[in-house]
Parts: sequence; C-alpha cells; structure tokens
Amino acid sequence: MKELIETISYYFHFPFVWYALIVGVLIALTASILGVTLVLKRYSTIGDGLSHVAFGALSVAAIVGLTNEMLLAMPITILAAILLMKSGQNAKIKGDAQLAMISVGAIAIGYLLINIFPTSSNITADVCSTLFGSISILTLSSTEVIICVVLSVVVLLFFILFYNKIFSITFDENFSKATGINTSFYNYLLAIIIAIVIVLAMNLVGSLLISALIVFPALSAMRVFKSFKSVIISSAIISIFSSIFGILSSILFSTPVGPTIVVVDILIFIIFFIVGLFNTQQTKVKV
Amino acid sequence: MTQLSCDNLSIGYETGIVVKDLSFSIDSGDYLAIVGENGTGKSTLIKTILGLIKPIKGEIKMDESLKRNGIGYLPQQTIVQKDFPASVFEIVLSGFASINGFRPFYTKEEKEIAKANINKMGLSGYEKYPYKELSGGQMQRVLLSRALCSTTKILLLDEPVSGLDPIVTQEMYELINNLNKEGITIIMISHDVKEAVKYANKILHIGNKVFFGTKTEYLNSDFGKIFIDGGK
Ligand SMILES: Nc1ncnc2c1ncn2[C@@H]1O[C@H](COP(=O)(O)OP(=O)(O)OP(=O)(O)O)[C@@H](O)[C@H]1O
Ligand SMILES: [Mg+2]
Repeated sequence: MKELIETISYYFHFPFVWYALIVGVLIALTASILGVTLVLKRYSTIGDGLSHVAFGALSVAAIVGLTNEMLLAMPITILAAILLMKSGQNAKIKGDAQLAMISVGAIAIGYLLINIFPTSSNITADVCSTLFGSISILTLSSTEVIICVVLSVVVLLFFILFYNKIFSITFDENFSKATGINTSFYNYLLAIIIAIVIVLAMNLVGSLLISALIVFPALSAMRVFKSFKSVIISSAIISIFSSIFGILSSILFSTPVGPTIVVVDILIFIIFFIVGLFNTQQTKVKV
Repeated sequence: MTQLSCDNLSIGYETGIVVKDLSFSIDSGDYLAIVGENGTGKSTLIKTILGLIKPIKGEIKMDESLKRNGIGYLPQQTIVQKDFPASVFEIVLSGFASINGFRPFYTKEEKEIAKANINKMGLSGYEKYPYKELSGGQMQRVLLSRALCSTTKILLLDEPVSGLDPIVTQEMYELINNLNKEGITIIMISHDVKEAVKYANKILHIGNKVFFGTKTEYLNSDFGKIFIDGGK
C-alpha cells in the first residue's frame, strides 16, 4: 500500500500525468452532463454514430498530414451532427437507419483510406488506438490540453447558461415550443455540443468506447437519484471519479486507459443498481 | 375582447387536410369545449393554435399579449417521460423557462408563484417528490401547475381527464372551472360531451360537419342533440 502511494506521488512529478488527469476530468465531466440529456431524449445512439464519423475524419486528417487532426475532425463531426439533428426532426426519414448508414459508412471509408494511404508502418496499432483509446492521453502536448480546456469551458457554459431551457426541452419538447422556446435552435446547439464532446472524448477512450462515457454515469445516477439536478450532479461526480481512478490505475498497472475507465464505470453502475433496488423497496414499504 | 379567432381555417399535415372551413372566435374569459369523435382533428387544432404545426390555409389571429409567453398548455398524454428523473418543483418551475431569457436561474418571485400554483392544485408538500412516483391524477395536476406558470391568460387543455377515475375526473373539472372563474380563458378538448357542456360557454364540434356557437345554441341544434343522446 505504502509502495503504491509512493509510486503514485512519483508519477505526479511528471507534467504528462497532470495533463492526462486534467483532460480526463474535463472530458468525463462534459460527457456525463451531456449524457443525462442524451439518455433522456433517447439520443444516446447519436453519440455512437458520431464517434464513427469522427474516426473517419481523423483518418482523413492523418492522411492529409495535418499536425492537429482535431482541426479537421471537429468541423466534420459538427456538420454530421447538424445533419442528423435536421433529419431527426423530419418524421419522413427513419432516423435510426440513416444513423446506422452514416456511422458504418464513415468507419469503412476511414479504414479503407488508412490502408490505401498508409502514414505509418504499423497501421493496426494506429487504428486500434483510435478505436479503443490509446496511450495518447499520456502524450498530450500543452496545445492539446489548452484546446481541451477551452472547449470544455464552452460546453460547461452552455449547460449552465441554458440549464432551465435544456431541462424544459428534455422533459417536454412540445410544451417548450408551445410556450415560446425556440426548440430547434437549442437542438442544433445541442448537436454541436455533442460533436465537440465526442471529438474531445476520442482522445480519452477512443471512438468505440465513447458511448460508455456518455451513458454509464447517467444511468448509474438515475438508479438512485430522482430529481434532474441531483442526477446531473451525481453523474458528473461518478464520471470524474471513474476517470481519475481509471487513469491512475492504467498508469500503475499498464492497462489501456479507455477500457480501464469504462470498467470502473461498469462497476459503479452495478453498485448503484443494487442501491437503487433497496431504495425502491423502501419507498414501497413506506407508502 | 377577442383573444383568438380564425376564419375559414384549414388544418392538417403534409399527408392531407384534416379539417377545413373552421371559423370561430374566443373572447377573454371564455370556456370553449372542443368536442368530436376520435381522429377528427381536435388535437391537430390545438397544435395549430400553439404554433406546433402550420395551418394549411388561413391563419389564426391572436391577441398581441398572448404571443409573448401568454399561453399555457396541457398535452394529451405524457407517455414520453415515464422514467424521467425530475421533482415536482423542477417541472412546475419549467413553466417559466421560456420567459426567463438567458438567465440561468429562476427568480425568487418565480419560485414563489410556482409554489403558489402547486398549492392551488392541491399538491402542497409534494415539491420535492419525484414526478414518476406520482399517480396519474397527481401528474396531471403537476402539469397543470406548470401551465399556470407560463400563463395568466389562456390555457389549452387536451383531454385533461383521460385515464383518470371518476372522482379524480370531477376534481380536475372543478379545478379547471375555478381557474376559468378567476378569469383565465379555457380551451379544452373533451370526449365527455355532457361534462364539457356543463362547464363551457362555447362549443366547437369537429366532425363531418363543424359547429361553433354558444352552449345554448349547441344544445338546441339538431346534431348537438344527437351527439348528446348518442353519448348515452
Ligand atoms: N403527425 C401526423 N401526421 C399525419 N397525420 C396525423 C398526424 N397526427 C395525426 N394525424 C391524423 O390526423 C387526424 C386527426 O388527428 P388528431 O390527433 O387531431 O385527432 P383527435 O381529434 O385529437 O383524436 P383523439 O380524440 O383520438 O385524440 C387523424 O386522422 C390522424 O391520423
Ligand atoms: Mg387528440
């Protein structure tokens, strides 16, 4: 135990560990807050689809040789998110099937391009790290950290400033629209925010695992807490905890960062699920 | 004062017209009951008035004061949010969400009005209660409290009593009637013509033929009689 603490404090001498933790916490925080809205609006699959689009965009960025791949991935993912939101509001087109098309298509094209125009000698490792998250969280440059901090602040501001509207629209879109809230404006803003969070989160857990980061904390929180505010706050705390815990354990035990964080999230979900069972039993007895 | 009126209005969806040649007008303080069989377009009319869908032909003229956050609305069913984590207070307060611009928090005054509306609907003490653990009648009263936060002028209710037991139904009708007595205009869709006619002063009947007029005109008209007798 003493050894473990010493090892951890030793690691804290390195800036890259700090960078990883800062970025990890911010991504976990934004993804979990966003997650509550997405789960409640039944939009959680959009996150999945968009992460595949981001994967395709990153591949293209790598081939073109951009030093900061986010510069290309971000606008493309935002565009895809807006298109999906637009078609989702049009009842004629089946949102689900379209989402599946876009997400699978983007992965296929991305992987194909990487193979045709290889940028490094080890394609498999590259692809694997984009899909499952990589050690790249430990090799973040200070520029990347700054971008992440700025974008996270933007996302958090969006949630704080529009908290009441987001609640109202999530709970009852028709009522919100009828009483004069410009719901499509907020839906598009939300789409942009989803895209930003997803591109950010790719750094941490990779494109296949992003949904876990979005969905698990929200679902865990909803097992135990019953008001919107408490669900938001607790899912943020859960997510931050599992992110810090996951990053530190992955450094200590040399496990891949993304899956480690997700496993912590799963364990927390199981605990909250059990606590939730006891809670409902108690209320049933009381009434 | 005329609050809301339309002349030869046609409503429907891209798939086709649902009702045409609708003409009616509502003064402030009126209690309008919209009746008619299933699928005749009652909800479609309410949604058109609310601006959720566009009219196919014609327009709905609305008093200026209503356009700016003057409308309260109780939707037909609330299946969507079966599992939604929200307290009663959070939901009722959200009636103010459209009014408060870019302000992230509700004012003290708004919170007090919300509390007052919760009390008025007979739900005092339930502020912190989880919405999803309420009974159907309580849920409807929460949504009615929310609607009261978003308006002091006009309430649109789409079958507010569907799925409620007879006693709770009567309570709901009483609550709505009291609101009307306080001066709020009521537009209510109802399946139960007899109950609707009991409280309303104007009737809009949508069906093969459209009828609009006062309660007495409706009761004396031929197909008003048929409808009421048929409902027996
Ligand atoms: N979103 C929609 N798109 C196309 N047609 C619709 C849509 N919603 C309803 N309709 C059609 O419009 C007609 C009127 O529907 P509406 O919901 O207004 O009926 P209603 O009078 O409220 O019935 P109920 O008493 O069952 O609530 C129906 O024939 C219905 O099939
Ligand atoms: Mg209806």
